[in-house]
Amino acid sequence: MIVYALFFYLFASVCIASAVMVVASKNPVHSVLFLILAFVNASGLFVLMGAEFLAMILIVVYVGAVAVLFLFVVMMLDVDFAELRQGFIQYLPVGALVGIVFLAELLLVVGAWTIAPAITESVAAPIPPFYSVTNTEALGQVLYTRYVYFFQAAGLILLVAMIGAIVLTLRHKPNVKRQDISQQVSRTRDEAIEVVKVRPGQGLS
Amino acid sequence: MNEAFVVRDLYPVLPELVLAVGAMALLMLGAFQERAATAINWLAILLLIAAGAVIFWLPAERLEAFGGSFVLEPYARFLKLLALTGSATAILMSLDYLAREGQNRFEYPILILLSTAGMLMLISAGDLIALYLGLELMSLSLYVVAAINRDSVRSTEAGLKYFVLGALSSGMLLYGASLVYGFTGTVSFAGIAKASANGGLGLIFGLVFLFAGFCFKVSAVPFHMWTPDVYEGAPTPITAFFAAAPKVAGIAMFMRVAIDAFPDIVPQWQQIVVFVSIASMVLGAFAAIGQRNIKRLMAYSSIGHMGFALVGLAAGTPEGVQGVLVYMAIYVAMTLGTFACILSMRRDGRMVEEIGDLAGLARTNPTMAFFLAMLLFSLAGIPPLAGFFAKFYVFLAAIKAGLFALAVIGVLASVVGAYYYLAIIKIMYFDEPAKPFEPMPYQLKAVLAVSGLFNLLFFVYPGPLVEAANAAAKSLF
Repeated sequence: MIVYALFFYLFASVCIASAVMVVASKNPVHSVLFLILAFVNASGLFVLMGAEFLAMILIVVYVGAVAVLFLFVVMMLDVDFAELRQGFIQYLPVGALVGIVFLAELLLVVGAWTIAPAITESVAAPIPPFYSVTNTEALGQVLYTRYVYFFQAAGLILLVAMIGAIVLTLRHKPNVKRQDISQQVSRTRDEAIEVVKVRPGQGLS
Repeated sequence: MNEAFVVRDLYPVLPELVLAVGAMALLMLGAFQERAATAINWLAILLLIAAGAVIFWLPAERLEAFGGSFVLEPYARFLKLLALTGSATAILMSLDYLAREGQNRFEYPILILLSTAGMLMLISAGDLIALYLGLELMSLSLYVVAAINRDSVRSTEAGLKYFVLGALSSGMLLYGASLVYGFTGTVSFAGIAKASANGGLGLIFGLVFLFAGFCFKVSAVPFHMWTPDVYEGAPTPITAFFAAAPKVAGIAMFMRVAIDAFPDIVPQWQQIVVFVSIASMVLGAFAAIGQRNIKRLMAYSSIGHMGFALVGLAAGTPEGVQGVLVYMAIYVAMTLGTFACILSMRRDGRMVEEIGDLAGLARTNPTMAFFLAMLLFSLAGIPPLAGFFAKFYVFLAAIKAGLFALAVIGVLASVVGAYYYLAIIKIMYFDEPAKPFEPMPYQLKAVLAVSGLFNLLFFVYPGPLVEAANAAAKSLF
């Protein structure tokens, strides 16, 4: 149990510290690397909770794909972060005030937090005990049956995102040479090769 | 848990399926046939009509699908038909504009179709996840269409502003949803209603965040800042679309969550809705006075109208909901008609957007001036036009619920609001004529005629709409 607690505090504190560094570091590449560190620690927390599937997904999707994509974007777009931060000090007092008020309210809420007494009856999809099924099985039992509607709706949203990206950025430029495989394949010997008789000593003129 | 699926279970989602599958088919068509853009516009309108027909065909009782995540009852039916009408009319009105501006891209009607599918899902949402997914599907498409004229700085600015602020409001909504889930342990509205019977600070906190997100989507004060900029920057037919269908869906989700999920803590949310409603009505009335651009003016007008619609929700009674439904139906008709006029403000091959450009319209184009004047009178709420009855029903509900102050402030705000509508009419009828506009395309003529006649003649035979709204409102409780 003590090891469990130790690991929890380790993951949690590193996670929060690197989250702070994401915002605070001057170099945007460092920010992204700290983001990756935060994700890895968050997945450590998931493992501690027994949600190993989510932990692995977090690593594969967020660290493997999303964070690397961020890194590409940061490196390829020459964003001047120093310039973006210029208003930071100016707006700090107002922002800090709002933040403190918000924090106080949240503390009040958490202090008085109660959970509805009827909660046990209303839980939508009770999680099967995790010694009987694995994570993946438990997810699979609901993802394509009870939650198929949400799954498909999320798919539609991704489709819109894709259409949107293409609509807003794709430009068909004229005079760009493109590979046309059908054209390449349908080329015959007659079109491609010309047999030229070269007389000795005269060359091609 | 592993319920077997029967095709019959999918009947309630048939309208959404028609739209989603149709949109994907049209996407294929557009991707391979680049010249089909105009045909796709018409096919999209046909699909929207088909979805409406399916809604009529489905039995008129409460249907549920996917374990209660999807609800179709007369309430959803009424609002879905309204949203479909708004979207179809918006596409119809954009045909001429897109062709003239050389913006005829096949993605545009497809994005509107997908956005409409999102609206229908939103209207039918039976739990918080379905609500959020519908909302995102709707808004994501809206962000893209706002920026669809990507070579114009104003259009891209509008899209970007809408996107950033929309993402922020979605974040607030999600935060609220997670607090509500944390308190009740369920995302379904029925479950939340059961668990929230005796309130709780965390629940109220979540409720406030949820409502903040909703207010953003219906552009109610204090979350209205984006509206004038987005309305002004987006291409005009898209502004017409924004002003109609998404507002219907936004109000639908607002009412469904308030009434379905939190029926036992009405006093808690009532004060929020009352404040938002008063603030929207007053700001809409006063801020519109100084506007010179007619699209910005319509933005403030829509903020004000959302305030009036929320008066009905503040009442929290079936009459109130009925009032809101009638209000939204009439609002959509008025707004689309007015935008048909704005879209025909074209001179020397360019769109003009200043109110001063309407000067002397009564002499250069008396028919259009007459219809626009009727629509503006109706927006101002002058009897016997439809806009008066819209306001009448919501104020009546508020008075019956004992919210006298709200009703009085609402009436006063509508008097102030009448000033700027009347100012436009004065410019049209009494100022020296400017150069005439180009002739109206026939689609706009048709939209203007239908909505103008609806507004003029509503008082003769209000029965069907009011009855349908009544049945719809009863089904929500």
